[in-house]
Amino acid sequence: MMTVSALYDSLVKIVGKDFVSNRKEERYFYARDGGLMPPHEPDFVAMPNTAEEVQEIVKLANREKVPLVPKGSGLALTGLVIPQRGGIVLDMKRMDKIVEVNEKARYVVVEAGVTHGILKSYLQKHHPDLRHSLPDAPPVATVVANAVIHGQGRLSQQHGFNSDMVSGLEVVLPTGEVCRIGSCSVSPYWFSKGPPLPDLSGLFLGWFGTTGIITRLGLKLFPCKKMRDVMLFLTDKAELVPDIMLRLSHTEMVEDVVVSAQPLPLRFQGTFWLMAYITGDSDEELEFKRKMVWDALWEHFENRDVGYLSTSPDMKAPLMSMPSKDTCRFADVSKGGGFQYAGPITPIEKFPAFVRKLEEVAAKYNVFYASSTRLIGPGHCMMFSFSFSFNRANPDEMARAKKALDECSRFALEEGGVLWKADTYEQKLMMDRMDPNTLALMQKIKELLDPNGIMNPGNWEVK
Amino acid sequence: MQKYVSQIHRCFRCGYCKFPSDYSSFNCPSYRRFRFDSYSTGGRLWLIYAWLKGEIEWSEHLADVLYACTTCRNCSEQCPMKFAPDIVDWIVGARSDMVEKGRIPPRVARFFEAIYGYGNPFKQLRSDRAAWANGTRRYTRGDEYLLYVGCLGSYDENAQRMARDLVHILNASGVSFGILGEEEECCGNEVHMLGEAGLSQNLIEKNTQKFKELGVTKIITLCPHGYNTMKNMYPAAGGNFEVYHYTQIVNDLIKRSKTKPARTRAKVTYHDPCFLGRYNNIYDEPRHVLHSVAGIELVEMERNRKDAFCCGGGSGNFVNDLLAGSPDSPARIRAREAYETGADTLAVACPGCLTMLTDAVKAENLDDKLAVKDISQILKQALAG
Repeated sequence: MMTVSALYDSLVKIVGKDFVSNRKEERYFYARDGGLMPPHEPDFVAMPNTAEEVQEIVKLANREKVPLVPKGSGLALTGLVIPQRGGIVLDMKRMDKIVEVNEKARYVVVEAGVTHGILKSYLQKHHPDLRHSLPDAPPVATVVANAVIHGQGRLSQQHGFNSDMVSGLEVVLPTGEVCRIGSCSVSPYWFSKGPPLPDLSGLFLGWFGTTGIITRLGLKLFPCKKMRDVMLFLTDKAELVPDIMLRLSHTEMVEDVVVSAQPLPLRFQGTFWLMAYITGDSDEELEFKRKMVWDALWEHFENRDVGYLSTSPDMKAPLMSMPSKDTCRFADVSKGGGFQYAGPITPIEKFPAFVRKLEEVAAKYNVFYASSTRLIGPGHCMMFSFSFSFNRANPDEMARAKKALDECSRFALEEGGVLWKADTYEQKLMMDRMDPNTLALMQKIKELLDPNGIMNPGNWEVK
Repeated sequence: MQKYVSQIHRCFRCGYCKFPSDYSSFNCPSYRRFRFDSYSTGGRLWLIYAWLKGEIEWSEHLADVLYACTTCRNCSEQCPMKFAPDIVDWIVGARSDMVEKGRIPPRVARFFEAIYGYGNPFKQLRSDRAAWANGTRRYTRGDEYLLYVGCLGSYDENAQRMARDLVHILNASGVSFGILGEEEECCGNEVHMLGEAGLSQNLIEKNTQKFKELGVTKIITLCPHGYNTMKNMYPAAGGNFEVYHYTQIVNDLIKRSKTKPARTRAKVTYHDPCFLGRYNNIYDEPRHVLHSVAGIELVEMERNRKDAFCCGGGSGNFVNDLLAGSPDSPARIRAREAYETGADTLAVACPGCLTMLTDAVKAENLDDKLAVKDISQILKQALAG
């Protein structure tokens, strides 16, 4: 067993002394995220620059049985990159190369540290006809981490989870081998993460870094239309929202459908704001899509159940911005720098029940709430966020927010939802009710891939 | 209690502060240099909060993290929160607490000692403060402008040339002005940003008093740092002067045909100084001056205006240089960015940027391909025909 200083020296040898820290300040910062999970300090933070360096670190960690936690920007807010057992946090953001854009096969290959913001900007500049599914997370969220947590984005109504858009992986396995997944394992092209081969990407996506460290990722790109607009509809009837979402997706004209519910500002109170995003290459195309959307909801308009809200340019600008800065601003509603959300993935028919629960829980724990729901696939499911803001200088409010979140998570599970980017408490809730054979399979996979149990321990830990 | 203590927990560490408006790269100089999240604005604010709460102790590294911020204000420009305009003040507030406790990096301590002892951060003799001036006349009551050249303009070789070039332009245009010479004192901007509130207040009050006694009503500054402090901080000490950065004056002279640059030939890219751009919204005048010279082709770097990438010299780092020593040092990155435009000249409007970028161009072995010149130098050369 190496001493701490010998481990430090070994890491320095691999990545260079500028990119390893065991100083208190880095250990403090990398011990926590912006959410409510309790912190736990790593022993080291290291920033590799290549897959080879990651490989060396993994081999070292295996030899010494030291936990390894790969980290993007830590924006899941559910503590997924808090090193529960210490060890080494690998900040992957130095691996920041956009390796390849294949315009004809419409994919991009990025290193693990490439952020959504940088990819968006790069595509706009160099490949303006192409785009990727940008999440509403801040631009510093990494493409890889977002795929690993099955994030959603602006193209999820059309194409599913952002992880569904993955088109290949390069992974350093927990035992140190570098492994390619998908078409890139037999071909120079990164067009498919699985088919027609056995789809091994499922061994890594959704596992929160417990089965390997993704060092490169292929991502599908989609046509970027020249024009984009948002249509804003209002209703005060929660029970109509699933039907509205279905009607919108039925048109196959809508890029993205988002529903927001929040009590403040007062103009929001008691209403649900449905945003339908449309795109086109010409005014005619946009106008046609507007008409299709309008026709789809006509019956609701006639019944005066749904209204159309004409938006001023000032009002429209934040709705159109990608990513939306408004998402972060929720953290400062109570001038306190914190928010967290439980985001169950659930059938859309659950919308009314979830809204009722959100309001009930917010009142019960006296916390400020908001919700943003995104349709995933044309009606297959939605991500419903139970979001609560809190003041980081007020421990009592933080405790109430955490209780509110936990209650919402339990409720969502009881209602048939599945918890998204689940924290360790939520992971346990799900594993407790998971089909035992599924659970046993997960355990076998973990033991097979990570015999020493070094990868992000504490997560997906089957007891 | 300073305001920051009750506010600093409001940072959500969302990371917008790391970017320019289009998210094309990382635009926080210290984060770009060191890459640990602790060196980003969010990291810094969380560490300050931890220090205030007693969750971490003071350490030399904590002080380094705090002082690696160049106060370039990119974070304030990009932060989506309502408190965005206050972020730099919070950092300065925390530095003030460190100064009061005497727990600052040695280089910063030496900076203050030099100002205390010599009135400039270079430990140069006060009597040499006007050595650059070549007989430039002293300010006397009735002169329209006081030309305030600042510490860099007084002592740094490149910046001295910049000051002389400006004097040449002003004289050639018939501007009524004078300098303070040996009587000039540090403006206080860097001292303020480094958190020595008492000393900066003292400098501000002393300068204000002196300017008033001399009957000064209008000031031209060579340096955006001096411009910032005189424009925005002197009024609170009763110093209500009309303050201009020299590019504003020169631009006006050109508009009024008092200065007529001849044709030259250069492909120029312009680097916005933080204290001129983000702090004071002066983006157009320097560009107008460059545009006025026939034969100059002005090309923009990818990051420009409010998205300009800081040279790394702010907050006294043109002396302390806490971000030096790496190809990822901000000035070297900026030098490469300038070179990538295809320009043969990197124009600046700040003696701090001039120093930082001149050194960076050498470090990048670009000095035979990219000349770093202040706008006054470019204009003077054009005037000479």
